[in-house]
Amino acid sequence: MESGATRFGLRIWTVLVVLFLWLPLVLIGIYAFNSSNIQSWPIPGWTLHWFATAWHNPDVRSSLWLSVRVGLITTGIALVLGSMAAFAIHRFRFFGRESVSFLLILPIALPGIITGMALNSFFVFAGLGLSPWTIVIGHATFCVVVVYNNVLARLRRTSTSLLEASMDLGADGWQTFRFVVWPVLATALIAGGLLAFALSFDEVIVTTFTAGAQTTLPIFILDNLRQGQQFPIINAVALAVIVLTVIPVTIAQRLTRDTGVLRSTAATAAAAAESVEVTTV
Amino acid sequence: MATHALPETPPRQQSARATPDVRLVGVRKTYGEVVAVARVDLEIAAGEFFTLLGPSGSGKTTTLRLIAGFEQPDAGEVRLAGVDITHRPPYARDVNTVFQDYALFPHMTVGENVGYGLRVKGVPRRERARRVAEALELVRLPNVAARKPVQLSGGQRQRIALARSLVNHPRVLLLDEPLGALDLKLRQEMQIELKRIQQDVGLTFVYVTHDQEEALTMSDRLAVFSEGRIEQLGTPAEVYERPATEFVAGFIGVSNIIERDGRRFTVRPEKIEMRDDSGRSGERGRIRDVVYVGMFTRYIVELDSGGELTVVKQNLESSSREALESRGKRVRLEWRPEHTFEIGTGGRE
Repeated sequence: MESGATRFGLRIWTVLVVLFLWLPLVLIGIYAFNSSNIQSWPIPGWTLHWFATAWHNPDVRSSLWLSVRVGLITTGIALVLGSMAAFAIHRFRFFGRESVSFLLILPIALPGIITGMALNSFFVFAGLGLSPWTIVIGHATFCVVVVYNNVLARLRRTSTSLLEASMDLGADGWQTFRFVVWPVLATALIAGGLLAFALSFDEVIVTTFTAGAQTTLPIFILDNLRQGQQFPIINAVALAVIVLTVIPVTIAQRLTRDTGVLRSTAATAAAAAESVEVTTV
Repeated sequence: MATHALPETPPRQQSARATPDVRLVGVRKTYGEVVAVARVDLEIAAGEFFTLLGPSGSGKTTTLRLIAGFEQPDAGEVRLAGVDITHRPPYARDVNTVFQDYALFPHMTVGENVGYGLRVKGVPRRERARRVAEALELVRLPNVAARKPVQLSGGQRQRIALARSLVNHPRVLLLDEPLGALDLKLRQEMQIELKRIQQDVGLTFVYVTHDQEEALTMSDRLAVFSEGRIEQLGTPAEVYERPATEFVAGFIGVSNIIERDGRRFTVRPEKIEMRDDSGRSGERGRIRDVVYVGMFTRYIVELDSGGELTVVKQNLESSSREALESRGKRVRLEWRPEHTFEIGTGGRE
């Protein structure tokens, strides 16, 4: 069935898909070192000038700082609310349990523009001035579910007899949490947290409705692209963002590997299943 | 099977015979409307291999969980070596459990799993290592300490779960259908292995199973559960040969019950002799069905005076063809009077 020709064709196709995904990123990376401020191919020469310019640009700095702050606070809120919701849904049977689950998942299915509009009218109605906190609230609506899904999937896979076994072997509640619950959940929390941060960090639609005059990094990039200004600086910023995203993901992978949960094939498969679950929501 | 009145008594038993290791007094447990354990009174002696046998939902697992401390009884008392532990949490009871799904910690190595109980109790690292090695030796898996549970087969995981419990030298070991997930051959091997380990360490085992053969093979004594109550308690030989109720007769072995003059009797199928139609004594009937099972043949005989009995005959001389051709033949069934027992309808009113 899988003849030599099919395999060859598949290989070509795979290469094409990878190129399709990566070529634009590589292009931005090259343009970031472009010595001319006009984007033309091939680039006339190489320079590190735009990184220095971007670093000293006050707009870039303030928008980056705002994005990082919003991302971190949102991640924190998502971790706390998402894992608490997951614990509650997993452990207790109560009236309205299904609706809670549905309400948590809804924001991520809802078009961002609807969420954004709704939040904006609510903030105006409630007389809340737009601030970093309104951005955080906007982002939290769809970041909580990411952590929730990850933790719930992990809890569902973790048999309750693990906790009983721990208690049975002499561990009290705190020891059980420290030696069993936390290591089993840690990777799910890290994965959920990273995903939440990444979602918040590059969010544009909801942010435009909840930020007002404030500029997060993606909005800064979008504004400048639209006005056709400062292309070289944007390229440098974009490259920095790519690098900054790769680093935490790599670290997280190392961390999760050291806890040993991901080393086993079964757990890796399960982790893959988790990320699938997240993306299909 | 010889009578199992008392096992080879390990030294500890003699000194502690006065106080049973486990004692349940009028224990009851309900979940809302559902009565899991109606009322159980039970005494398990030190060093005994004691089995809680029954179908699913009969309350045997709940009873085990009450001893482990995962459940609190609504009424009654749980005593361990004479001390009331009814309200103690699981970690403050000197018992350990082998779980049906093994419950090995997936993020720890086998060695860490086995050493977990010692670690949380603050046993120094070196002694811990020594005792872990000892426990792994006992279950005959000395070389897997560095592996993760997922890298082991089902049978190996079962042994590790056992080692993890034994390493703490608990007073009583609780086993919740520990062999349920294994295939038949492995299960039979582990039955022998478990019995060996139990005799080696001289520990009290409380064993839950729904498999009557397992219960008969391994136990010193067993309690047959039905609907949250103990129907009968005794040695395997007693329970098998003198079932007290219809339920026990049917659950352990084949239900062979006939009614004569308003009284109900049971007789085990292998105790019945099947003869030709000529004589006078015994019950007359017709062979309704023949099931050839290889080592033996099972005959279902319809009796002229009502009811039917299952008769088991070893295939000593008869071939399968002869056995199967006997369908429809008239026969006469006889058994020795001491092999038949009158039974009640059950412990329930």
